[in-house]
Amino acid sequence: MNLWQITSFTLMAALAATLLMLPFGLLLAWILARGQFRGRVLLDTLVSLPLVMPPVATGLLLLMLFAPRGPIGAVLARVGIEVVFTRKAVVLAMAIMALPLFVRTARAGFEQVERRYEAVAATLGAPPWRVFLTVSLPLAAPSLIAATVLGFARSIGEFGATIVIAGSIPGSTRTLAVAIYSFAETGNDRAAVALLAVSAAIAFAALWISTALAPGSGVRR
Amino acid sequence: MIALAFTLRQGQFTLDIDVVLRRGVTALFGPSGAGKTTVLDAVAGLRRPAAGTIVLGDRVLFSAERRVDLPPHQRHVGYVLQDVALFPHMNVRRNVLYGRRQGHRPALDVVAGILEVQPLLDRAVGELSGGEKQRVALARALMSSPEVLLLDEPLAAVDVELRRRILPYLARVRDELAVPIVYVTHDRAEVTAFAEEVLVLDHGRVVQHVARDEWEAAVRPVGGLS
Repeated sequence: MNLWQITSFTLMAALAATLLMLPFGLLLAWILARGQFRGRVLLDTLVSLPLVMPPVATGLLLLMLFAPRGPIGAVLARVGIEVVFTRKAVVLAMAIMALPLFVRTARAGFEQVERRYEAVAATLGAPPWRVFLTVSLPLAAPSLIAATVLGFARSIGEFGATIVIAGSIPGSTRTLAVAIYSFAETGNDRAAVALLAVSAAIAFAALWISTALAPGSGVRR
Repeated sequence: MIALAFTLRQGQFTLDIDVVLRRGVTALFGPSGAGKTTVLDAVAGLRRPAAGTIVLGDRVLFSAERRVDLPPHQRHVGYVLQDVALFPHMNVRRNVLYGRRQGHRPALDVVAGILEVQPLLDRAVGELSGGEKQRVALARALMSSPEVLLLDEPLAAVDVELRRRILPYLARVRDELAVPIVYVTHDRAEVTAFAEEVLVLDHGRVVQHVARDEWEAAVRPVGGLS
């Protein structure tokens, strides 16, 4: 077992997934916090779905969508992009599973920004995008950072969706969580426990940072 | 000239107004819940009337019939909220310059001079006293070259002594920058000291609209006023 390879791949994939999910997550969190439109509850429900659905089921759905003959996979195949059972699938599964957690935390952060600041910025001539970038975003920053760390941590722990859409290919798509399962199942307890220690350390650090940065933690204020 | 002719509903409350403000400083006077702040919110574009029009000079800011509803950032309205709402993550200078429009007057030196905020520019918002915050908020609103300045009880949160010190600044803004001002207050002394015309509101309706002199001569009692 190459502990370093598995750990570094998992960290890199989680980082890529976090970056991939971030723009969509910010937009969704903002829309759900401030938008007033029909279908808001539906959007909220759809975004949160991976949080409560069995991750394996989410993985199966992704597999159906991104398989070479699936509706999205077929389009990607035409431009030479293959997703399932590649490292891209790992990143995709991580991003989808981290998104709802990020959106929920970030949305709460945006909701905590007092509207009067945004209203004043608008009366001072700032169009909505400038209000977002210069007022809402910086005032919600602690929550957004906490949300990002939480999303990153969730990506590292991702298992169910990953195993379905990316498999457990040693040296390729095998992440920390998937490797722990594989080693435990095949009786390689020493390797499984070593990886367990690594993932526990990463999860602890990520949660500690996230909690410390969250508004009201008393650490930064 | 500010022409307000609109109806705005908010739960049980209905604001129904039809006036033309022609003088430099108009005081919106009346008891709590009369609809004074709602008028300012509607002019600033923060609340949407159900019907009617809002015209500022030659610009239509809102017209239900013509389906015009300019967003707040296109209205060129300087609005100082009751609690001033200075951006807490910016220092005074960044607050004051936030809404600066390129190529428009007044210059920072002029505004900072009138309101004496020059020494405060590099301070953090949290370090300011109540009176200083009021002056910085005024400077910030003025730097956006507004075509009208909306002040929502700018002196309500400060004590009598501070009030006496800030009023002259407001008078200088009125006299030196010639920006029309609509000013919400429930303090008779402030009306007398500052306004040129008075609009008395009660329960969402205009009960009186007169020049200050007439108002002073024959103050009609309105329920609940000091």
